[in-house]
Amino acid sequence: MDWFLANLPFVLELSGHHLYQSVLPLVLGLLISVPLGYLAWRLPSVRGVILSVSSVLYTIPSLALFVILPVILGTRILDPANLIVALTVYAIALLVRSVVDALESIDDGVRQAAVAMGYRPFRRFFAVDLPLAVPVLFAGLRVVSVSNISLASVGALIGIRNLGVLFTDGLLRHFLTEIVVGIVMTLVLALLMDFVLVGLEHLLTPWNRHRKARSKQVLVATTGPDNSGSGDSAGTARRPDAAETAVLHESL
Amino acid sequence: MNLFEQVGLWFADPAQWSGPAGIPARLGEHLWYTVLTLLIAAAIAIPAGMYIGHTGKGKVAVVSVASALRALPTLGLLTLFVILMGLGLMPPIYALVILTVPPLLAGTYSGIAAVDRQLLDAARGLGMTEWQVLVRVELPNALPVMLGGMRAAVLQVISTVAVVAYINLGGLGRYLIDGLAVSDPVRLFAGAILIAVLALIVDLILSMVQKYAVSPGLKSSLSSPGQGTKNVGAPGAGQ
Repeated sequence: MDWFLANLPFVLELSGHHLYQSVLPLVLGLLISVPLGYLAWRLPSVRGVILSVSSVLYTIPSLALFVILPVILGTRILDPANLIVALTVYAIALLVRSVVDALESIDDGVRQAAVAMGYRPFRRFFAVDLPLAVPVLFAGLRVVSVSNISLASVGALIGIRNLGVLFTDGLLRHFLTEIVVGIVMTLVLALLMDFVLVGLEHLLTPWNRHRKARSKQVLVATTGPDNSGSGDSAGTARRPDAAETAVLHESL
Repeated sequence: MNLFEQVGLWFADPAQWSGPAGIPARLGEHLWYTVLTLLIAAAIAIPAGMYIGHTGKGKVAVVSVASALRALPTLGLLTLFVILMGLGLMPPIYALVILTVPPLLAGTYSGIAAVDRQLLDAARGLGMTEWQVLVRVELPNALPVMLGGMRAAVLQVISTVAVVAYINLGGLGRYLIDGLAVSDPVRLFAGAILIAVLALIVDLILSMVQKYAVSPGLKSSLSSPGQGTKNVGAPGAGQ
């Protein structure tokens, strides 16, 4: 604790870098995956290619990708851009699938109603399809956010400044506190981002609020006493699980 | 001479293919750490996932613990275990096990939980015991999803084992860590290619296993809607 307080500016500076290096790829990844996912959804012929390329990209181990990218991009090996590009690649690989699943999850009746009301394809996509895709899409975003924050620290091995520096430095100095601070701060960042994403989802899906509040009550009521004290976290943790099984059902 | 030619020469050098620091030895180490981690993690995650999926008990607790574990930074956990338990083979393996249990558990649990309830009622109606329901009905039906989770877990381990070289173990990550330490771009790039190729080959093998290990009864009913079991195994499904 003393070490943490004494080095607070240092730790906060690293956390700032860490947050920037993991949030920027999330945003870039989302901006690229939505059009890609839309294409994959609309054109079955492209779909196989996009989904298999993204799963191959996702297969490449992070440390290897961090090292291969400078050669491809012509950047210096210590450039944080390598980390940001690598995490963006992983984000796209995961999110394209989420976008496709999200667009598929939309009730076709709603879409037909929009067409009948005179929505042109472009406007319909932004006014009807995309908003309705938010719940499934955000389940994917939350997974990517957590994995980005956890992966970014590996960047410290190739000399990038973020919370991972606390791990490499702590190992060199054989200093436990520093490593624990690094782990706790990473978890705090992951939790923080998760809250932000849940909040955003809440703002973007006003029609779901009533239903969600009700289902949460039901959940608390049915799980009863063995879930005491962790009601809220259990509630938030349950939803991605439900979405996950929904996604699994979808692909079956 | 550009980097690609140099890397080509590096691979062509017979010195890279023999001895304790040669590619076969490093590959063997990499696979050995991977298998060891998976065996320990599977011994924990699969029975637990089967129990939770079958009984529905402790679902909320396990799902929240598993998603919290996912947020743990790999490198942090590895260094923590080394500081606490010293150098050697097992401390990093335990750290890897902690990171591998969540995807295995999630795959097993969601596979079993997703089995149609009516099938289970039918099985019970036929007079099967709970154990028979689990082994003969739930497991075969859950297998595609379970293998999907396993595939994601295997790839995650292969990828994470590369980082283990940082704490004085072998494996293909050695080339990366040593290449960085002495600023040798050729070794660095060659190591990265080796790890990426290993991951891609293993993924390919697992996707084939997944295709052939699925119960024939499931396959015939699944192949008709078009997509079949192919998409279940993509890493996204288990993560």
